Order: sequence, then structure tokens, then C-alpha cells
Amino acid sequence: MSLLELDGVKVHFPIKKGVFVDRTVGHVYAVDGVSLKVEAGETYGLVGESGCGKTTLGRSVLRLVDITEGSVVLDGTDLAKLPGEEMRRFRRRLQMVFQDPLGSLNPRQNIESILSEGMVAHGIGKDQEERREKIKSILDKVGLPSNALARYPHEFSGGQRQRIGIARALVLEPDVIICDEPVSALDVSVQAQVINLLDDLQEELGLTYVVIAHDLAVVRHISDTIGVMYLGSLVEEAPSDALYAEPKHPYTKALMSAVPVPDPEVEDKRERILLTGDLPSPANPPSGCRFHTRCPWAQASRCATERPELREIGGGHRVACHFAEEIASGALELTRPTGIEAVTAGEDVVVEPTVAEAEVPSVLLPADSTTKPDAAAVKEKMPTAADAPGDRTADAAAKDSDAAAPEESGKGSGGTV
Amino acid sequence: MSVATKTDKIQRLAELAATKETSTGASLWREAFRRLKRSKMAIIGAVVIALFVVLAIVGPYIAPYSPTAQTWRNEVFPNRGEFVNMRAENWFGLDHLGRDMFSRMLVGARQTLLVGVVATLIGLVIGFVIGGLAGAFATLGGDTGRRIDSVIMRFIDIMLAMPSLLLAVSIAAVMGQSLTTVMIAVGVVQIPVFARLLRGSMLAQGSAEYVLAARSLGVRKRRIVLSQIIPNSLSPVIVQATLSLATAIIEAAALSYLGLGNPDPAIPEWGVMLTQAQRFFDNAPMMAVYPAVGIIITALGFTLLGEAMREALDPKLRG
Amino acid sequence: MSLLTVDELTITFGGRGRKESRAVDGVSFEVDQGQVVGLVGESGCGKSVTSLALMGLLPHKGVTIGGRAEFDGTDLFTMSSSARRDLRGSEMAMIFQDPLSSLNPVVPIGVQVTEILERHRGLKGEAARKEAAHLLDRVGIPDPTRRLKEYPHQLSGGMRQRALIAMAVACAPRMLIADEPTTALDVTIQAQILELLKELVDQEGTALLMITHDLGVVAGLCDQVNVLYAGKTVESAGRRELFGHPTHPYAHGLLGSIPRLDAPRGEPLTPIRGSINDRIAWADGCAFAPRCDRYEMGCLTGTPQLTEPRAAGHQVRCVNPVLDDAKAEEVSA
Repeated sequence: MSLLELDGVKVHFPIKKGVFVDRTVGHVYAVDGVSLKVEAGETYGLVGESGCGKTTLGRSVLRLVDITEGSVVLDGTDLAKLPGEEMRRFRRRLQMVFQDPLGSLNPRQNIESILSEGMVAHGIGKDQEERREKIKSILDKVGLPSNALARYPHEFSGGQRQRIGIARALVLEPDVIICDEPVSALDVSVQAQVINLLDDLQEELGLTYVVIAHDLAVVRHISDTIGVMYLGSLVEEAPSDALYAEPKHPYTKALMSAVPVPDPEVEDKRERILLTGDLPSPANPPSGCRFHTRCPWAQASRCATERPELREIGGGHRVACHFAEEIASGALELTRPTGIEAVTAGEDVVVEPTVAEAEVPSVLLPADSTTKPDAAAVKEKMPTAADAPGDRTADAAAKDSDAAAPEESGKGSGGTV
Repeated sequence: MSVATKTDKIQRLAELAATKETSTGASLWREAFRRLKRSKMAIIGAVVIALFVVLAIVGPYIAPYSPTAQTWRNEVFPNRGEFVNMRAENWFGLDHLGRDMFSRMLVGARQTLLVGVVATLIGLVIGFVIGGLAGAFATLGGDTGRRIDSVIMRFIDIMLAMPSLLLAVSIAAVMGQSLTTVMIAVGVVQIPVFARLLRGSMLAQGSAEYVLAARSLGVRKRRIVLSQIIPNSLSPVIVQATLSLATAIIEAAALSYLGLGNPDPAIPEWGVMLTQAQRFFDNAPMMAVYPAVGIIITALGFTLLGEAMREALDPKLRG
Repeated sequence: MSLLTVDELTITFGGRGRKESRAVDGVSFEVDQGQVVGLVGESGCGKSVTSLALMGLLPHKGVTIGGRAEFDGTDLFTMSSSARRDLRGSEMAMIFQDPLSSLNPVVPIGVQVTEILERHRGLKGEAARKEAAHLLDRVGIPDPTRRLKEYPHQLSGGMRQRALIAMAVACAPRMLIADEPTTALDVTIQAQILELLKELVDQEGTALLMITHDLGVVAGLCDQVNVLYAGKTVESAGRRELFGHPTHPYAHGLLGSIPRLDAPRGEPLTPIRGSINDRIAWADGCAFAPRCDRYEMGCLTGTPQLTEPRAAGHQVRCVNPVLDDAKAEEVSA
């Protein structure tokens, strides 16, 4: 049995409206049925673009957001069903490293206080003296001097702050550490330090990681298995090297081709698969395959109507695509352009219909939520605001795509048959 | 490479790097205080406030005459428009009852400060409790908590919706005319201001990543509120309290001006003095000018300090 | 003669009692018509400040600009501010990192685009609107006539960046400065925007100054690359030369420290130690020395100069550059 097993996890955030009594007017399908297994001692990488639900999924594992449906089983215990206080105590075994190294440290606590907070909460160490000894040994492990104890977060550099964040997770001796974008806020030259530190700690302490990141290169570097997410669900899962060698899902292909490689030789030779349009809103996901509105291989027959299940197709790949084998063998032809025309060709190819925008609740607009008077309240209701793009255009695209796509793909498949 | 050159290299590097200032364990509060000390605005404000406080303490002891004795009542005839302005004996002249204005100003400082401080404290303490509860429920109380929060906040909104002067007048009408009435009336008006401010600040902090981090560590909710959210939400409240001292003094003066203040002539208070002076403004404008200037300078002192504190506590200016 | 020539640009902040800090310290480069030049470096290396100075967007108070920057033969720093304004938007345009904060939130996209057309090209009314729609279409915004009426917050991040590019190219500028244009965007959207920029340069012959921290973006886009560290150019070379033979220990270290998509799992990274804060003043020696594995006593005596230790046109500011692989090649040849 695996150490951590997620089965059909769904996290739906209600969109509420109303002055006195909140009415639920819809849901944001942030995570919509994810099942995966993480083996002890290995690193599972979750990759996807903003709004794909990867951060929400990571938080749902720690029950920092409520799980709507499904189970999260750690070492035989279903966390989704644990009552509050038991869950709180269980958090010792599951820790998290956050994206923003400064924002995730309380600016008014010194390092000793930050690092003892969790130990106090779980009754580790009989007095502060004992806790301080433990903290010192952890600081040494993450490469910080012990005189850091009395200092405050703002007195450290970005990389050092992330080390503090890692130390904070380590003092509780967890089984699993969830790293949410652990290096994306750091300078390029410092990223490698933190990546190597995570690697070394895993080797030394036998940790299990779930690494969540948008940077496919980082994820590939540290993960044994990679899961690619799109709009709330896994579209492909494979061992790291197998995924790179042969991505099977059209989205993975596009994502992989979009990642820049710091090598002109490679850059000049490779062919980009450019996607048309933007990500649809998770509040209004397309029917059938979530990706069919942008998929270069979208077919008229099943893509818009039938939601593909994640299925084994050999070589360690699990793919959620009806036509994965056909695409791999080259039997299918493109139904949308993937070159520069995908970006500039305008109305003819881009599935971007008009639709009444009034229905889209303004809570979904993360960008301007900061300017709203009660931005904090909005955030509170919508914990994914940071993660969800939820822009109106995307909503519009999602809403009307049912109508537009068949015509679109019909045109394409007409050419193939 | 020989050991000697290696040591040389390290030494030279340390030498060059040593020019950088090294900070050790300065908390944000301490840094804010350091910035405050460098601000001219803060220093002027602090000096004005310090003078005012000293005056309030020693005023009654250094006043040359009794503030209530009508020593020179034979020299002042309000109905004929005869008043006495500045002169060697009475620096600020006499009031309409022949009392020494300078002594009355000195003694009145204490009452004025008392009104400002007590009124602000009433608003701050009650507002803090209400706002803190609402903020705690809203950030970590889940759905039930949010409902409790919205009930509390609607109540606060109702308070806020009432015109502040009207509210104060009604309180004064119910409780009768006294200095306590003025303090309570002015204080109650401040409650929703502090409550909203603290709650808003807590909500903003509540969605910060370090709160999420504390939750993921398994820290208890009560402790998260007390040790994480509240300390980080204090800055705007502290600034507001300083600024409120200024407005409280002015509002207390306004209430006194409307005749709702302390009717006891034995206790001079700047606001009351201003009220009394209005009747004689045509013939003796200086009688109004002294308390008015006193109130303005004091209010300015608190405002300057408050603004300087706002700047010093702003985390964006952290450097 | 290049379109833009920047010569010994220095930018100093502070003065008047506050501690001075030099953000840019003698940076020189040239951009030709139809050429893409990259300024690469980490936060605090002075790349963004350089772009703001070239556009004349730095505040006048508390900033001292030294050196020369000539655009088409005229000195940017001595020209009148009204001439500068005319130049900005018509001949030189800029694309910023955060499209949302660079667009006016309360004005529809269309008005923001037509404003530029009216100011710099004298187009009015219907003609301006038509041209605006054409521009949005050009940068791949579908249904442009409808989009013109929309406000920035109604567009997605990628759309906003495209709208911003449309505004930047509205007057067919000869020079485009892009400051981290894709940093705020997802990779698939980044790919779209980069292709778009590439096409603009190819078709219109626009000169592009690309400012970024992402070496991957540079590798695919820039002809000439300048690597900045602590306000100075530490290495400058053609794209293939630089990525093929990174010679300054910093550039070399950077390339060794970023995980590559095409590298097999488990291949260890060689990080650069310390952080950008661990530096010494250029006057005392090489600012990178405290983080450098190759530093020697010579690195700590005076500012190192740009030399060409490997190939002509490949400038490196280092006393002890990384030349090992070049030696190996010479031997085999």
C-alpha cells in the first residue's frame, strides 16, 4: 500500500451572493476528481498552470481547505473524515512548505519563536531549552547559522527564508512534506540551492515529497512521478523520464513544448505546439474533456460530450484522453493550428464566442479583488482566488464552447476522413 | 593552493564584506521606533504632546491665581461690553466673570487631556473587543463564525449609520449634563471606527500565508488569533488611536459648545471655556482665541504623531 | 551606426543625506534594427532600472544618470522632456511585466489604444477605432471590435499583455523595450507572447531590447546577450557563443544551476552559493567574488575590466574566467 492515497478528491468552492443570507449561486470546481498514489520515500510532482487546482489540491491534503468529496488516506487513516482536533494533531505527520518565503513567516516572530510554534502545539520537547537544542540541529541541517535564532524574517535573504520555511516543517518530523512552488519566488541562482537541499534532506531523512510547481523543468528534476493537471483534474501521470521522453496527452505535449530551454541549439530546433485561447474558468468548465476547447487534436465524436477517465496505456503512463493512442501513432491529424497562426489568426480559428457576462460572479476576478473594499472577505470565501484565473473571457469561452467546438472540430475531421 | 594564500583570501574578503552593516534581531516594532525617531513630524508632535501632558500635570500648581476666584469682578462688565485684555497681572486677560484666563487655561489643560484620553480609551477598548471577536470569528470560525461576524458587523454598521453628533447628543440627553457624559458620548462614537478597523486588518492578515502556515503546523485557532493575527493587525489601530485623541478633544469641545459639557464652573475645561466665550465674541474675541488655539495645537500634536506613526509602521517602507 | 547606443550608463539613487546606491554602474550595449538584445540578470542587477532610464521614466529627484544613450543619433538624456514624450510611444515603446497595473483600470481598452493613435498618429474618430481594432487583431485578440469596449479586468492575463503589446506597436515604433513581458504569465501563454514578439521583429524589423531573468527565454529569442550582475555587465556575447561557452563564472554558474527540461532526472545541479546580498563594492574588486569558486587574490584588488579572453566580440569581466572547455576544444582541433 502507498503512503499517501488520494481517491476521487473533489474540492468545490461555493460562490455565494446575498446581503443577509448567503445564497449559493454556483461552484468553482477547483479540484474535480483526482486520484493518485504517493509511495513512501519518493517525490510526486504536480505540475500545471495557474488555475489548474494544484495548489488547492495540495492544501486539501492537509485539510486547509474543505474536501467536498473523496478520500485522502495517509498510512491507513482517512484524513477527509477526521474530526477537527484529531486532524490538528495529525498535521504533525503532514507538513507544508509555502511559495512565498517572506509571506509565510510571521514578520513579528523571531526565528526561534516561529520554529517552536509547531513543537509547542504538539507538545514536543519538555521545555524551551530542549526545543531550542532541537531547532539548532535542524537549522544546521538546512544550512543556517544558529545565531539566526534571535533574528526576524526580514533580516534574511529569500533563499534563507525558504530554508527557515523548510526547517519549520522539519522540526515536526513529518512523513510527508507538501512543497507548494518551493522555488518559484527565488532568484535563479538561489533556486538550485533549495532544490539540492530538498534532495539532500530526502536522502538523509527518508522524506516523501509532493512537489507542486508550474515549472516543468523543476518538477522533472526532483520528481520520480509527475502528474499533469488541467482545470481541476489529472490529464496525465507518468514516471519523470517517461513523461519527458514521450508525453501522451495533447496538453502535456503543448506544455512541454512551451517550456524554454537555456540552449540555443535546442530552442532553434524544437517545434512549439502553441495553444489557442486561454484557460476556461473552473467555475464553468467545458463539458466532456476539459481540454477540448483548446486541444489541437479535438475530435467531433467524443471530446465534447464524454469526459475521459485516467487510463493505463503502457510505459507507466496514465492518460485522460480518448485518442491518446491515435495521436501517438500519428493516425489523427491536427484540427487546430499549432504554429504562430494559433496566436495571430484571429476569429477564424479561435474558439472564443461571446456570451452574457453578467452571470460571472465578480468574486472570481482575482486581479481586481485587491482593489475591492472587502478584498479579504472575498478571499476568505474564495480561497483559490490566487490560483484561479477566472477571467471573464475564459468564462465566456467555456460557456459557449459546446456550441462552437463541434463545428470547429467538424471542420477538422472533415479533412481527415 | 597553499594554506597561507587561502587564509589571505578569506581575510581580505571578510574585510571587504565587513563594511556592510549587520543587523541582529531587530523586531519590526523596534525598527518602526527607530524610523519614528528620525521623523521630524514625529518629533514635533511628540514635543507638543509632551508639553501638553506636563501642563496637564503641573498646571494647577503653577497657576498664578485660583481659576475660579472672581478676583477682578469689578473690572469686567459684560453687559456694557467692557472687558480686560492682556496685562502684566493677567497675561491672558480676564473672562466675563473677572477670573484670570491664564490660570484657567493652565488648569483646564488637565480636564481637556482627560476627556481626550478617557473618550479614546472607551472607544478603543470596546471597539477592540468587538472588532477582535468579529475578526476572529470571520477568519477562523468557518461558516458559523462568518455568520456570527456578519451579525456583529451589521450591529456596528447601525452604530456607524447614526450621525455621531446626534448619537452623542442623545447619550448626553439620557445621562444628563456632566464631564462623564461627554467622555462616554465621544467614546461611544469611536467604537465602530475601532471595531471596523481591527476587523478589517485582521481579515487581511487572516488570509496571509503565515496564518495558513500556522494552521498547517497544527497550531490551535485561539493561539493563531492571539499570537499571529492580532499582533500583525495592531498598527492601523495604534495610528487611529493617536489620531482619535485629537478628534476626541475637538468633539468634546463641540459638545461642550452645545452646552452638553460640564456645567460645574469650578472645573475649567477648554471646550467649556470656548462655549462661554461665544457670547462675548464681539467685544472680547481673545477669550475664545486662547482655548481655541490651545485645542488646535494639541490636536495638531496628536495628528502629527499619528501620521508619523502611520509612516513608521507601514511595512512597505521597511528597509 | 546602431539604432540605440548606450555608453557607460550609470544610475545612482539617493543623495541628499541618504546613503547613495548605484543601481547601474557603467553599462554599455548597442541595439540594431531588427535585432533582439537581451539584458539578463537576477533581481537587483539593474536591468529594469536601465530600461526605465532609457524610456525617461525614472523620477527626476533623487536619481542621477550618467553616461550617454543615443537613439538614432540623438542623445536621450539631453533632449527636452517634450521631445522625449513625442519619442516615447511613437519611436520607442515599452512593454511592462504586469499588464494589469500598466493599463488604466477605469478606461476601456479601445480608448487607451485610440488615445495613442490620436496623440502620435493624428488619427480621429472612426479611423482611429478601425486602426485600434486592426491592432488588436494583429496581436491575436479575437473579436477585436467587441474587446475595444471592454475594461482591462475583463481580459485574461495573456489578453492584457497582448493589448499592451498592441498599444506599444500602435505607432510602429522602431524600438521596443520589453521588461519581463512574460514573467507574470503561464508557460503556454508565454510561448504565445514570445512567438508574437519574434514575429514582430522578423516582419517589421523592430529592434527589441528584452529584459528578463529567464535564460530559457533568452536562448530562444535574443541575438546578443548581456549578463548583468550588481549593476555591471559581466559577460556579453552572441547567443550561441554565450550559451555554448559561458565564460564568466557567474554566467557559467547560472547555466549549471538551472534545472533543464531535457536533462535526465537525478543529474545534480551545481548551485551558486550565497545570495545577491553577499557582494562587495565593484571599487574593491569583483562584486561576485564572495560567491565565486574561482576567485583569487587578484579578484579583490580593483574593478576587473571587460576583456575578450575567448573570442572576438565575447566580452568577459573576469580575472580568472572559465576557459577550460575551450582549451579542450583547441587540443582536439
